[in-house]
Amino acid sequence: MNLFTDAFAWLFSPERFEGAYALPTLFAQHLYFTALSVIIAALIGVPLGWLIGHTGRGREFAVAVAGAARALPSFGLLILLVLVMGVLRTPEAAVVTFVLLAIPSILAGAYTGFEAIDRRTIDAARATGMTEWQILWKVEVPLGLPLLIGGLRAAVLQVVATVTIAAYVNLGGLGWPIIQGIPLRRFDQVLGGAILVALLALVLDLLFAAAQRAAVPHGLRAARSERDPASRNSSGQNSTDQKPAAEAALSK
Amino acid sequence: MFTARIKRSGLVIGALAAAALALTACGSANPLDDAGESAEPGTADEIVIGSQAYYSNEIIAEIYAQALENAGHTVERQFNIGQRDAYMPEIESGAIDLFPEYTGNLLEFLDDSATATSSEDVFAALQEALPDNLTALDYAEASDQDTYTVTKAFAAEHSLTSIGDLAKAGVPVTIGAAPEFEQRPYGPAAAKEIYGVDLGFSATGPTTLDALLEGAVQVADIYSADPAFKTEDIVALEDPENMILASNVVPIVGSDIADSIADVINAISAKLTVDQLVALNVQSTVDQKSSADIAKAWLTENGLI
Repeated sequence: MNLFTDAFAWLFSPERFEGAYALPTLFAQHLYFTALSVIIAALIGVPLGWLIGHTGRGREFAVAVAGAARALPSFGLLILLVLVMGVLRTPEAAVVTFVLLAIPSILAGAYTGFEAIDRRTIDAARATGMTEWQILWKVEVPLGLPLLIGGLRAAVLQVVATVTIAAYVNLGGLGWPIIQGIPLRRFDQVLGGAILVALLALVLDLLFAAAQRAAVPHGLRAARSERDPASRNSSGQNSTDQKPAAEAALSK
Repeated sequence: MFTARIKRSGLVIGALAAAALALTACGSANPLDDAGESAEPGTADEIVIGSQAYYSNEIIAEIYAQALENAGHTVERQFNIGQRDAYMPEIESGAIDLFPEYTGNLLEFLDDSATATSSEDVFAALQEALPDNLTALDYAEASDQDTYTVTKAFAAEHSLTSIGDLAKAGVPVTIGAAPEFEQRPYGPAAAKEIYGVDLGFSATGPTTLDALLEGAVQVADIYSADPAFKTEDIVALEDPENMILASNVVPIVGSDIADSIADVINAISAKLTVDQLVALNVQSTVDQKSSADIAKAWLTENGLI
């Protein structure tokens, strides 16, 4: 426990707010890279996932690519990209690495969100004369939103943890105390940095969990609690309830 | 949605797996203790030589090994062990008999409150800091220490020969180095205090040399044995105030065998200059020769075998 008390002493010492590597600066850098990478990954992964989910085609390809991309060693990729793209383009190299890391989770969240929707709901929507675009935006997207946010949540968590390596190529972030502390053998600093990353990840996870809960469409939530209060769950669709889901979707 | 009924056999298997996992945790052996092969104390005439996981250090260790074999000893090589945290226990326990080390870095590791910086002082402090069962033989001129290095063009443009000249450069100067350099007692803060130079800091880490050559930083901490000193147009600034911790190549040897091998090893250290070490490193990185070939060629050239 001595190391923990040292780590907390390090965290709360006044130098943490001074100089080029002050904690607020590191936090800002860390969040910047996380947000930028997840947004770019979402811009790529969400439309692609929705396309795959809506048309039902290309699913195997998406699954294979997503699975393989998850196995990429991010640290190795970052160093490789920095060497290839040149030392003046380290931010771009880092963002590419983190985007590649985030895409699989977002892609998975997007297409499973659509796949989990009862086909009868889609059929009903089609039967009432909706165009494909209307089906996409009025039925599939709202119903798929909780799982999509779940995918975003997984992506953000992975990226937040991985952005610690950005400090290795001079991009700052909360990995800085870790990467500087190890060669200096200042393990209170290393642990302090690790605690900060973990805390940030927890906070973001809680925020996204709340967002996931809030993203369940009103009709679905109301129908579910009306039908069976005991089986109320917040982790996405429950596709055994077809009628309420269909009613809810069409009542928009 | 389906519900899986958990069968009793599944429960039993699960419980057994959990128990097996818990029992492995009860084992007290640390699987990370032995870095690589387990080092046993060598037999009476056998000398165990270790090296860091660093090609330059391996070349020096190979030189020691071949010279000792030539002198009639039996040598066991345990190269590429890893960092100091991994191999120091082996040296201190006597499992490794001879190891090429660096005076300054080792002193820092053994006693981080040491204030010596010049080669002589660091060596003296190191001899005191070493435990009784270890001896430091003569140190070589060759070093692998931090430097304040600039491109030759930059040096010519601003008439720079020593670190203090940077203060008169007239342009904002940033130094690129590994992240820990910012906190070192010879880092930018010390440069300000001792030489009056205002240096920005950029934690370029593995990209330090490229950053210097691209002009992203004006000064860089390139280690003095880096082959870049021969392959690129860079020059290390002089350090007349001995701000930087000197780190010369020094053989660390078990005190019990120090006398029997001192002659052979000291002869090597006498011939190993900074330029020689850089040249050896160039042969490894640029010419891609093996450490055995490089060592043999060097020993032959210098009349040591």
